[in-house]
Amino acid sequence: MGKDYIIKVDNVHKAFGDKSVLTGANLSVERGESMVVIGGSGTGKSVLIKHMIGLMMPDKGKVVVDGKEVGKLNEEELNSLRRKFGMLFQGAALFDSLTIGENVGFALKEHTNLSKRDREKIVIDKLNMVGLKNVENLKPMELSGGMKKRAGLARAIAMDPEIILYDEPTTGLDPLMCDQINDLIVSMQSKIGATAVTITHDMVSASKIADRVAMLYNGKFISTGKPAEVFNDTNPVVANFCYIGKIVYETEAIYSRPIKG
Amino acid sequence: MRFVHNFGAMIISALHSLGEATVFTLDTLRWIVRPPFRIRAVLEQMQEIGYNSIPIVAITALSTGAVLAIQSYIGFKRFGAESMVGTVVALSMTRELGPVLTGIVVAGRAGSAMAAELGTMKVTEQIDALFTLSANPVKYLIVPRIIAATLMLPILVILADMIGIAGGASIGVGVLDANPVIYMKKTFEFLQLNDIYSGLFKSMVFGLIIAAVSCFQGVNTDGGAEGVGKATTRAVVVSTIMILLTDYVLTSILF
Ligand SMILES: Nc1ncnc2c1ncn2[C@@H]1O[C@H](COP(=O)(O)OP(=O)(O)O)[C@@H](O)[C@H]1O
Ligand SMILES: [Mg+2]
Repeated sequence: MGKDYIIKVDNVHKAFGDKSVLTGANLSVERGESMVVIGGSGTGKSVLIKHMIGLMMPDKGKVVVDGKEVGKLNEEELNSLRRKFGMLFQGAALFDSLTIGENVGFALKEHTNLSKRDREKIVIDKLNMVGLKNVENLKPMELSGGMKKRAGLARAIAMDPEIILYDEPTTGLDPLMCDQINDLIVSMQSKIGATAVTITHDMVSASKIADRVAMLYNGKFISTGKPAEVFNDTNPVVANFCYIGKIVYETEAIYSRPIKG
Repeated sequence: MRFVHNFGAMIISALHSLGEATVFTLDTLRWIVRPPFRIRAVLEQMQEIGYNSIPIVAITALSTGAVLAIQSYIGFKRFGAESMVGTVVALSMTRELGPVLTGIVVAGRAGSAMAAELGTMKVTEQIDALFTLSANPVKYLIVPRIIAATLMLPILVILADMIGIAGGASIGVGVLDANPVIYMKKTFEFLQLNDIYSGLFKSMVFGLIIAAVSCFQGVNTDGGAEGVGKATTRAVVVSTIMILLTDYVLTSILF
């Protein structure tokens, strides 16, 4: 047996029409670890994490979450499996007919018996965690892109999920905000032991939050391992993609942003 | 030739989506009976689909009733049956024009809005987000729309029937110089409850068609803003065609 893998992506193939996106992707995520998925735009990173939560089903291969094969679950089993997850979408995907507060409190209202007051307290708390204040009553339309992203993040963590999928959590945020979100991802992991799968292009973020990194290229993972291992991979494709990451990772030990907050 | 080819392709794709929409509708109906019931969402949709459609339905019914009065007067005068104008207006409105025109108008107004809203939710991944929050989009988004449309269409049709008859009467009495008492007597003399019920029954089916087709087109949208535009157009075209076909079938079989 050995390691306790909470997510196993096993030889997953996925095509849209005649366009192959995943062509035998393999990835195992250990319980409680922070896995960062990197790779160029359009390589299928978002498609990959949608397979983990059962939004997409593989054409071939399988995805096993917590011992259950996602493709074999019925509607109800899939629903209860999804309760273990929180997901931040690349475009935030906030419900634009609801307020930010209603968005963040959505799952609390649907799936818990908490009173309105308790729910509001949690909502405000989660919004604070992502650095948003006094936005509960605004509609998503009234927020900037970066604020939407953070509100989406608050919605993803509202139920303190076991597994959190972050699709480009820091894209479009200013550097200080990136720091805060990186810290948040790390603290979700350390405080509640959440497993995180994070997609990012941001090498700074990757080197800060990753226990392990996996690089997706041409439909497969071509390098998976500890950040130092992946960043020092001799495969030119990986080396090229990661050279900034390598610098950041090596510098990180020496410099870190002097003042937080 | 090209036109024939395109037309053929259109029919085939319409039949194809008809099949899929039928499966989709059956799936949805299964969800209607499952708690929890979202009364508030249903009420909101009733307002959107029903209440907000009143002006356009009223205008359509009024002008239809009025035109019907003039046209039937011109025709009937040729064989001295002008006195039957009120009867014709009442029968045409209740049995046929009230339900069908209301259906088409609501398909254009509310069906397109449904497809656009759900289509936008689809392409911005809000529908996926519902899944990830373990909330079934069928239950959450589609069931309220189907219930609301099925309930509101008959109510709009009652309104359309009354306004259409009133429009015909105002032309008959006001312009064509009919005696108001005789006109009203003729209006209701041959009108049977069955005429009204049949129209209302048909309109419930039309309401179901509009909501099912438009929601189906909405949640199956892909391809960004362009896809939303296409889904919206398809929602209106397909529901209009289906209303017309169903109307013929229901009328010839049932009534
Ligand atoms: N629902 C879909 N239908 C068709 N093509 C899709 C769909 N989702 C993703 N794709 C295609 O799959 C490829 C990978 O997309 P994605 O996973 O979003 O890339 P990224 O790695 O940037 O997140 C893209 O070429 C995209 O066009
Ligand atoms: Mg992506």
